[in-house]
This record gives sequence, C-alpha cells and structure tokens, in this order.
Amino acid sequence: MEIFDVFLLEAILNGLLLGGLLALLSLGLNLIFGVIDVVWICYAELIMCGMYTVYYLHVQYHWPLIAAMAAAIVLVAVLGVALHQFVIRPVLSAEPINQLLVTGGVLFFLQAAATLAFGVDFKNLGVSLPPVRLGEMSFSAARLVAFGAAIAGVLGLYVFLNKSYLGTAIRAISQDRAVMPLMGVDPGRVFVITSAIGGALAGLGACLLVLQYDVHPAIGLSFGPIIFLICVLGGLGSMVGGLVAAFVFAQFISVGGFFFAIEWGYVIAFAFFIAMMFVRPQGFFKR
Amino acid sequence: MLSLENVSAGYAGFQALFGVSLEVRAGESVAVIGPNGAGKTTLLRLISKLIDPTAGEIRFEEKSLKTVPPHAVVSRGIAHVPENRRLFPRLTVEENLRMGAFTSRRQFEQRKEVVYGLFPRLQERKDQAAGTLSGGEQQMCAIGRALMSGPKLLLLDEPSAGLAPVVVQSIFELVRRICAEGYTVLIVEQNIRQVLKVVGRAYLLDAGKIVQSGKAADLMNSKEIQKAYLGL
Repeated sequence: MEIFDVFLLEAILNGLLLGGLLALLSLGLNLIFGVIDVVWICYAELIMCGMYTVYYLHVQYHWPLIAAMAAAIVLVAVLGVALHQFVIRPVLSAEPINQLLVTGGVLFFLQAAATLAFGVDFKNLGVSLPPVRLGEMSFSAARLVAFGAAIAGVLGLYVFLNKSYLGTAIRAISQDRAVMPLMGVDPGRVFVITSAIGGALAGLGACLLVLQYDVHPAIGLSFGPIIFLICVLGGLGSMVGGLVAAFVFAQFISVGGFFFAIEWGYVIAFAFFIAMMFVRPQGFFKR
Repeated sequence: MLSLENVSAGYAGFQALFGVSLEVRAGESVAVIGPNGAGKTTLLRLISKLIDPTAGEIRFEEKSLKTVPPHAVVSRGIAHVPENRRLFPRLTVEENLRMGAFTSRRQFEQRKEVVYGLFPRLQERKDQAAGTLSGGEQQMCAIGRALMSGPKLLLLDEPSAGLAPVVVQSIFELVRRICAEGYTVLIVEQNIRQVLKVVGRAYLLDAGKIVQSGKAADLMNSKEIQKAYLGL
C-alpha cells in the first residue's frame, strides 16, 4: 500500500479550486451585508440571471463567449442596483425580518419568472474545456479558470476597498453610517455603488458557474444556501471570515466526498455548519 | 460668515431650540455654552444640515443653506467634529484622515502634512486602527479629520467630553492653538470655565434659548453665570 494517496491529494486540490469559487460567490453577499446591513437572500437567483444571459447571448445569438460574459456582468450589476433601488431602499429602516422576507420574495419571483420565460429544462452552454492532467491527477479546466478568475476578483476587490477613496468610504460606512454626510459622502450613493459591485460579483460568479453547470430556473437553490451558510460561518459581513469559511467548507465537500460518496460531502459540510453554530454562533471572524 | 436668524428646531414631538439667533464672523472663535440638554448639539447638527430647522434661516457666506443636502455642506467649507468624535474605529488613523479629505482629494498629501504638523502623535500612529487610540488621541484624530477638508468654519461639539481631566487641559490647549492658527471656530461646550479661556466671544444657551451673549471675559465675570454654572 502506498504511503501517499494521490487521489486524496487530488480531492484536496479540487477542494481548493472549489473553495476559490465559493469564496468569490460569498464575497458579493458579504459585501452587501457588511455595508448595507441587508442580506440578499436572492443572491443566487441573480447569479442564475447571469448564467441565462451568457447562455442566450452565446448559444442563441452567437455572441463570442467573452462578450456574452462581459454583458452578463454588466446586466447583473444593473439588476443589483435595481434590487437596491426598488426593493431594498423602501425597507431600509424596516425590521431585519421584513428585509429578509422581501428579498426572499424576490428569490421566488425570479425563479418563477425564469420558469415562465425559459422553461424548466436544463440548458448547457456547450463549451467544454479539456481536462488538465498532472501526473495521475486530473482537473477540470473550467474549475482552474474559475479558481483563477475568483482569486483575481477577490484581490481586485481587496485593492479597491483598501486603496481607493470610494473603497475606503464603503468600509467606513459599514462602521458609522450616520456620520458619513459630515465627510461629504452621500450614503445613498455609496449604497447604489456597493449594490452594483455586489451585482457585478454575482455576474462574475455566473460566468464561472455556467462553464461547469447547466442552467435551469432552480439552480439558485443548489448554490444559494451554501453561499449564505459560508457567509454565516465566516461571520456575516466579514470578508476575511467568508474567504476562510469558503475554503474550509469546500474541503469538507471535496475530501468528505472522497472518503465516502460525493453526496456525503455536503451532508458532512452542513453537519459541521450546525455544530459550529453551537460552538461559535458569531462565525469565525466577528465583524 | 455664519448667521442664524430666529432658528427653531426639534425632533418628533419635542422642540429643542426656540428662535435662536447668532453670528460668527471670519477669523473669530465663538463658544456656545450651556448645561446638558440645552440644545447645543442640535444647534451644530442644524448648521451641518443633519436636521432641518422648523423655522428661521441659516446663512453661510451670505448664502442660505436651506436647499443644501447634508453631504454638500463640507464642500461649502463647514467641517463638523461630532459629539463623541465618531471616528471609524476599524479604519487606520490615516484612512480616517482620507475620509475627511473625501471631497478634496488633490489636497490630501499637503493637508495631511499640516495635520501631522499640528498633531505629531497622529503621524506616529498613522497605521493604527483609530479605535485603539486613547481618548485624547481620538479627539486629535477627529479634529484632524475635520481639518482635512480645508474648512473655512470648524464646528466642535464638546471636544472635552468623556476625557480624563489631565487630557481635557491639553484638548483646550489644542483648541486655543487651532483658533490661533486663524481658523474660524464655533465650539459648543459644557466645560464653561475652560472654554471661556480660549474663545473670544460666547453665547449662553439654556433650555433652547440664547439667554446671554458677549465677550468671553465678560461672561466669565457675569454674576449669573458664576452663580448658576460655575458654582461660585
């Protein structure tokens, strides 16, 4: 028997790749919560809209893939702004439960609207990248691309939040909203910009997911809960916490799936989540 | 430079100010003194447009502030150091200063040097989270942040509140220096004895009304003030 199991290593590395993608997906939700203090429960449905955009522009209208993806990012950013202006802003000072319910309503609205518009069948982008071989291990190229883009997205956001005036204002507003006008900052404007960035991140996530998964109206339900739980696990609103939680969660899914069966990965990951809520309900990193 | 004419204001179901009139001329340092709950903070919040008056008019450099939204007041030249300092605790000292210069980014480097010149302690701690500073240092940072906008008028809300007695002394020394630098300052304070030593003129506000005004030295010697507020 070998001392070192190459398939375990493959599972760990695949978990790492998945972690990068989950990290990006949770980033937008975390940003919105951290700044606006509202949870976009319908975040994964925005991702679904982005996936349909890429699919239709590329497959139906024969746009080049990159152009379709760029359009999807812009469109979901616009959706994010619309969500903020028409749904969030009216309930900004309402009870958190009401904010949660109204974005929950948007979740089912988008799902039902997608069913109406696009039907229930699974749609495949039809782009397949050859697997990348490394010795005995094999990795999906789509996952590698997704990982690279996710890391770039995370780093880009980090630099923006830390080096620019607007980014600093976005961090500042999450610490003291009421004092912002004294700095000459219009909080409403910062919220709109933050919503656009959150939407753009969902759009980027959509581009990466559509390379690996078929799109259908209920696809949000397969990612939404995971994204939300990762944010909670890391500490809602804490970006660093979200990143750490994404990689931890992904390892549970990937390595857990390796030891048992792939379905077990999720069972173990969610059991870990429940256990953590007893041990550390505020998440890894408290905001 | 700044004038309030018969200004009244309040919050839901409660009137805080009744027909207040006051004036601050360019280069002056003026204090509004009075006990807790007299309406001093409300007065500054009015000038910054954080709340709207229910009656009366506020003019800055001859122009009414009536239609100016709160976030546009800074670029008119009014900087407000709010009650309890209100720094961004998890931003560094320098990032807090950067927020102060949000509307005038080009002057950031130059003004930062001025602020660090005024408060060398802030430069030593520039990469530290503002929440980890001592009370006195936080007050320096809050004043520095306000100065970053290059204000024509500086509003200070109770700069001595919540600070240890020894620190209070140094804060008033600081206020004196800022006035001496030529900034126009409107300061509200409960610490009447100390603030009257550093400003030129003062208004006494009690229960939402201006009840006395004049040169700081005259107010200091006024029998009523000595009896009611200084406990002499």
